[in-house]
Amino acid sequence: MRWLYFIPVMIFLAVAGIAGYFLLSGENPQALPSTLIDQNVPATDLALLGDPSRLTATSFATGKITLVNFFASWCLPCRAEHPQLMSLSKQQDVSLTGIAWKDKTEDAQSFLQELGNPFSRVALDTSGRTGIDWGVYGVPETFIIDGMGKIRYRHVGPIMPQDMERIQAVLRKLQP
Amino acid sequence: MITEIGHFALILAFVVAVAQSGLGFVGAAKHHNGAMASSIMAAVVQFILLLGAFFVLMRAYIVSDFSVINVFANSHTAKPLLYKIAGVWGNHEGSMLLWVVILALFGAAVATFGKSLPAPLKSRVVAVHGTLGALFLIFILIASNPFLRQSPVPENGQDLNPLLQDPGLAFHPPLLYLGYVGLSTTFAFALAALIDGKVDAAWARWVRPWTLAAWICLTTGIALGSWWAYYELGWGGFWFWDPVENASLMPWLAATALLHSAIVAEKRDALKGWTVLLALLAFSFSLLGTFLVRSGVLTSVHAFATDPTRGIFILAILLVVIGGAFSFYAVRAPNLRGGGLFAPISREGALVLNNLLISVLAVTVLVGTLYPLFIDALSAAKISVGPPYFLSVTLPLAVPLIILMGLGPLMPWKRADLAGVAGRLKFAGLATIAVALGLGLYMRLPLLPILGFVFATWLASAVVTDLVQRSYRPGNSIGATLLKALSLPRATWGMALAHGGLAICLAGIAGAGLQTEVLTRLAPGQEFLLDGRRLVFEGVTSVAGPNYTAQRGQFRWIDSAGKTKGLLTPEKRQYPVAKTATTEAAIRSDVLGDTYVVLGEPDSAGAWSIRAYRNPLAPWIWGGALIMAAGGLLSLSDRRWRIGAPRKVSIPATAKIG
Repeated sequence: MRWLYFIPVMIFLAVAGIAGYFLLSGENPQALPSTLIDQNVPATDLALLGDPSRLTATSFATGKITLVNFFASWCLPCRAEHPQLMSLSKQQDVSLTGIAWKDKTEDAQSFLQELGNPFSRVALDTSGRTGIDWGVYGVPETFIIDGMGKIRYRHVGPIMPQDMERIQAVLRKLQP
Repeated sequence: MITEIGHFALILAFVVAVAQSGLGFVGAAKHHNGAMASSIMAAVVQFILLLGAFFVLMRAYIVSDFSVINVFANSHTAKPLLYKIAGVWGNHEGSMLLWVVILALFGAAVATFGKSLPAPLKSRVVAVHGTLGALFLIFILIASNPFLRQSPVPENGQDLNPLLQDPGLAFHPPLLYLGYVGLSTTFAFALAALIDGKVDAAWARWVRPWTLAAWICLTTGIALGSWWAYYELGWGGFWFWDPVENASLMPWLAATALLHSAIVAEKRDALKGWTVLLALLAFSFSLLGTFLVRSGVLTSVHAFATDPTRGIFILAILLVVIGGAFSFYAVRAPNLRGGGLFAPISREGALVLNNLLISVLAVTVLVGTLYPLFIDALSAAKISVGPPYFLSVTLPLAVPLIILMGLGPLMPWKRADLAGVAGRLKFAGLATIAVALGLGLYMRLPLLPILGFVFATWLASAVVTDLVQRSYRPGNSIGATLLKALSLPRATWGMALAHGGLAICLAGIAGAGLQTEVLTRLAPGQEFLLDGRRLVFEGVTSVAGPNYTAQRGQFRWIDSAGKTKGLLTPEKRQYPVAKTATTEAAIRSDVLGDTYVVLGEPDSAGAWSIRAYRNPLAPWIWGGALIMAAGGLLSLSDRRWRIGAPRKVSIPATAKIG
């Protein structure tokens, strides 16, 4: 029976081990490179808001750079990054696609109505399945996809003003 | 210069904490009275030094001293004074300083108020506080020092995140920290008991008021945080099962379980190893809460203050504190022998079951919070665990827990007669069935809200039954019964309030499932109906706040007679310095619920998009939580914590050590 008393410390060590693995491997989720980098966009089939067509993997191979932003109306940092998305939407070299993740259609709609809509199209991932396929860890998360439909950059967490330089650099690099 | 004094006080506090720890442990082991007294003195000195350092930082914020990097990064001259002060703990470095200040506060409180404690126990408790303080002070001094300066001095600061600029959030962290850190005292008591090798009724009695104090702060802090999310995030949700929220819920659950198991340890001399484990666990959950989340391992809705570079340092501290405590527990706890045997059907049996359910609840929340991390480590897949998981696992645990909460207080110690208890609760049972039938057949509500209301009714009526049975004797008049009820011990009323508060909170949560939502687009002068309420949109004006500009919509709520029942003024604020916008919902609360209006965007024709909710019983959620906290306070004021048994038991205890 004595070994029973070791269970708490064992569980704690397991948790600490995994947390340590993350920290030591330098794989902090804020800068986590996606395994999908330089891969094609994963299979996607989502309804679009106010548009009878659907968002699929081929919708990205348009020759133009697309920035895909996973957001949700219930997500606080999404509000914080919104001004940055609004300013990106004014740029000619990139088109913005929003994917409302685990969100009700009406909520996503009113979120955009309330703060302004930076997206040229908004897809609905109500179940969150597509987010899993994309490796989304939580919202907000942003992917930059080149004109050939390959994922080239991933940003985890809100795009804050200080992140804009990095985003712009990626966009410049991908210019054909 | 003043800043340097603060910095110096911080360094000095570290030295004092080391002394406090060393003198306390050695003094207690060698029965050296001088060393023990010095350790207790050190606890007070450490608190004064840290409080001084904290006020120095606060001064730097108030006078906007931007030569201090921390102030520059988190403040701005245009910010209102309240938020300049709140800015002190609105960032990582400042919140860490607040954390150790509160830790030292509890150390000093034990040193000052623990007069009836046996000297070795007291100095060991204070020594554990010193050790914790020293560990976190090294971390602050090396990796997150709030007193670092910069030159040249910038002209103005970079502002606080406007979303966090809110009275609810200004006071939410200090309260939550009081709760988190308050559990350090319980942790220290548990370690001291393991060193002593002795857990008795007196120990359990000393631990309970400290746990209760921390529990009250946690309850209030969690309620305040959820209230903030409710009115600031602008869609009427109040709990998101976000890692940061879960991090506050886990220590709360552990503390709740501990409060109940300590009763068994006190009254029946049983469940000792378990109570000690819960005491260690509650503070460990607090540490996980404050640090695992902040270290950036878990991303979350609240992930503004994350910083991965400090993660390793924090993890090392957690390994020492939690790993050390649990290892020590594994070695020492088997020697704690339980006293009384007990029957499964009894008050203590019910409390054991209650403990099991609450602990499983805490573990499921832990699993749900850490699961994404484990999956990520074991495979390449990334997932997130959302409300559906938490709802489906907590519900089956909450239902028996609440049924038991009704039964438990009516059971006597040692041996209870289940049929008798059920008989005494027949009115509560009838009320519950009536509510279930009324809501289900007559009002035809959805299943989950019915479930919530039914169990709220059960719990509330069981609490009332318990109070009536304690005060009513056949033949007594109503006046005599009321008099008897008022003379019941405060702890009894405290329990009744805490349980009743949960029933009210439960009804509020059930009410949230009946939300009505209206999404519309209105030109000024038009009106809309929200669940039978007439609201007239009177237009939008521009207003200027201290560090923002806002567009303020005005809605007039008119009753059926055409009279104005109130004005609602939701705002959209723009913060130019932080380049961020926030929405401020307008909320009108009454006993039966909230009317909640959010202003959206205008279109080219001058119409505004508007979102409005009627949230039935929403204020009950926080009202119930506050009543629970009030119950805790009432119980804490019960005189039996201050006089009586502790003194009786402490005489033989000190005599033995002699």
